Amino acid sequence: MADLWTNFLWPLILILIKIMAFVLPLLMAVAYLTYAERKVIAAMHLRKGPNVVGPFGLLQPMADGLKLFIKETVVPTGANPLVFLLAPVVTFVLALVGWAVIPVADGWVIADINVGILYLFAVSSLGIYGIIMAGWASNSKYSFLGALRSAAQMVSYEVSIGFVIISVLMSAGSLNLSNIVRAQSGLWYFIPHFPMFVLFLISALAETNRTPFDLPEAESELVGGYNTEYSAMTFAMFFLGEYANMILMSSLCTILFLGGWLPPVAVAPFTWVPGIVWFALKVAAVLFFYLWARATLPRYRYDQLMRLGWKIFLPLSLGWVVVTAVALHLFGWLPK
Amino acid sequence: MADNQSENFTINFGPQHPATHGVLRLVLEMSGEVVDRADPHIGLLHRGTEKLIEHKTYMQAVPYFDRLDYTSPMSEEHAFALAVERLLGIEAPPRAQYIRVMYAEITRVLNHILNLTSYAMDVGAMTPILWGFEVRENGLELYERVSGARMHANYFRPGGVAADLPAGLTESISAWCDEVSTFIVDMERMLTGNRIFRQRTVDIGKISAEDAMDWGFTGPCLRASGVPWDLRKAQPYDCYADLDFDVPVGKNGDCFDRYLVRVEEMRQSVRLVRQCLQKLPTGPVKVDDRKIAPPPRAEMKRSMEALIHHFKLFSEGFHVPAGETYTAVEAPKGEFAVFLISDGSNRPYRCHIRSPGFAHLQATNVLASGHMLADLTAIIGSLDIVFGEIDR
Repeated sequence: MADLWTNFLWPLILILIKIMAFVLPLLMAVAYLTYAERKVIAAMHLRKGPNVVGPFGLLQPMADGLKLFIKETVVPTGANPLVFLLAPVVTFVLALVGWAVIPVADGWVIADINVGILYLFAVSSLGIYGIIMAGWASNSKYSFLGALRSAAQMVSYEVSIGFVIISVLMSAGSLNLSNIVRAQSGLWYFIPHFPMFVLFLISALAETNRTPFDLPEAESELVGGYNTEYSAMTFAMFFLGEYANMILMSSLCTILFLGGWLPPVAVAPFTWVPGIVWFALKVAAVLFFYLWARATLPRYRYDQLMRLGWKIFLPLSLGWVVVTAVALHLFGWLPK
Repeated sequence: MADNQSENFTINFGPQHPATHGVLRLVLEMSGEVVDRADPHIGLLHRGTEKLIEHKTYMQAVPYFDRLDYTSPMSEEHAFALAVERLLGIEAPPRAQYIRVMYAEITRVLNHILNLTSYAMDVGAMTPILWGFEVRENGLELYERVSGARMHANYFRPGGVAADLPAGLTESISAWCDEVSTFIVDMERMLTGNRIFRQRTVDIGKISAEDAMDWGFTGPCLRASGVPWDLRKAQPYDCYADLDFDVPVGKNGDCFDRYLVRVEEMRQSVRLVRQCLQKLPTGPVKVDDRKIAPPPRAEMKRSMEALIHHFKLFSEGFHVPAGETYTAVEAPKGEFAVFLISDGSNRPYRCHIRSPGFAHLQATNVLASGHMLADLTAIIGSLDIVFGEIDR
């Protein structure tokens, strides 16, 4: 009995506590990302944004959440109810599962596995299924077109993201995300890999279906894209999933290029600040870029997006892999 | 071959669709993302304006024109006022003409702000429309100051305008012109040089000059194809002949040129408004004919005749000599015209309205087939379609 407790139950409880400690702040971050988005975009639009619910509108995300929660979930007549209801769950769960390997500070990670980046890659690839299922199960033409677009788009940009990551991996010499961050203690990778940093930022926009790549839910063409037919909590799950994915991609960007939890300079006043704060600040900066892009840019057309992905990003990132490899080899910089 | 053929995808685009500007309904035949055929369906906003006008006196008919193209109300009133004046054989006094031209140009700016920014929103840029609405709202305030209503002004009347400009309005208009000029610069910074905006509009929905004329295009849509046809220059009405302005002309007739032409038209309109403010003559703002224009309030308190005129004008209305006229103005969207037949009574015998949007809408299929679904929204945006005037 004691064996069962020490070997199985106690670690399980520990993991559950860790997960809760991770997911709850994450969900709060998601909620307040929507608030931040509305405020930032409002400022760029010369509007006020939410300012009625609570002081400075700070309770707006709660009010929105409550509204979606108490609404009726409508399942369209022609829809396949099982798949229709499963799709948002898939999207939402996958958006959370990816966080298992993200180190938010030194040692603050649920699963410090050695193939962390591959795991992340696998999870984000699976994210497409939620959208395809939604598009297919809704039995609506707009949803269907939106889902097709989304699938094609996410697959295309994942290829170039893959190559971008390979360049970083070669420099760091590890697939473990914590080790990648530690390898940047001298120089953050966005300096040597600057072109790839830009490419990653843009691909991340495409990967999370954000403006200017928000074609899957282009409201002026496809009404709402794959989530046209969704309402109430099913819609909320998509929404939360999308924003959790945004934060996930920003964290990945922070870890790969901006030195994760490391302070900008490893001297006195900076090192006093806990790593999680640096991490959060960097993620917030990347997220601000997302919001900024949304307020500024028009939307790409489907074929232009594919052209950008396959004809420009793919050769560029592939070329950079070669450049990195050659440079590492010639100058003897290969990580030990 | 049978196994090679796939069935087309039919999409019902609208009337409740976020990109269709009102109640446009398009039945789209798609092969994948490409539009094979776009079939516009109209009539969802039909209110029988033309028939209603036959049962109203000439003065009562004016407000119907505000409600045609509700984004440029005064230009529509202008056409009707000019048509009635032509049948009556009168001309508005110079001050009224200048005020009308000034407000027609303000209207053009208001219309183009709404069109260009919502067009930008259709291709995904959502900031310009929010910037534009502030400027537009300030412009509508100028409407309100002069007529009492933000949109449905009922200000241009046969024989002049309803009332003179209130004190201090000219300064506000001049300040608003500066505001518009700044806005144009800001908007252009967001859109004109933006690579994504260009990729979405250049070479999309191209139409040649001949085709544009064959399809009955007028206004900015025709000028974007390279035809320098502007009624304000070609057959000047009111005081346009005394004013100095240029007519911007495009080259390629694509969505981007239609955008550019409208941007430049806004600049020219601001220039026209400023000229009108400078040259604004003094004098009466309606014809000095008590059979057509109502007498001033003060006179009615003293003169029995004035009281009778007032009563007759607002009950029976004025009689218009028998005849017919086709009177067109250069509305922001193109040639807006009224074909008016009078049988000598106090009501029009027939009032046919020629709306530019109708002609533009019918070319949707020509413009859109072969393009992608996303281009369709750009094309609809660039045509500046408002259903109030198409369905009438």
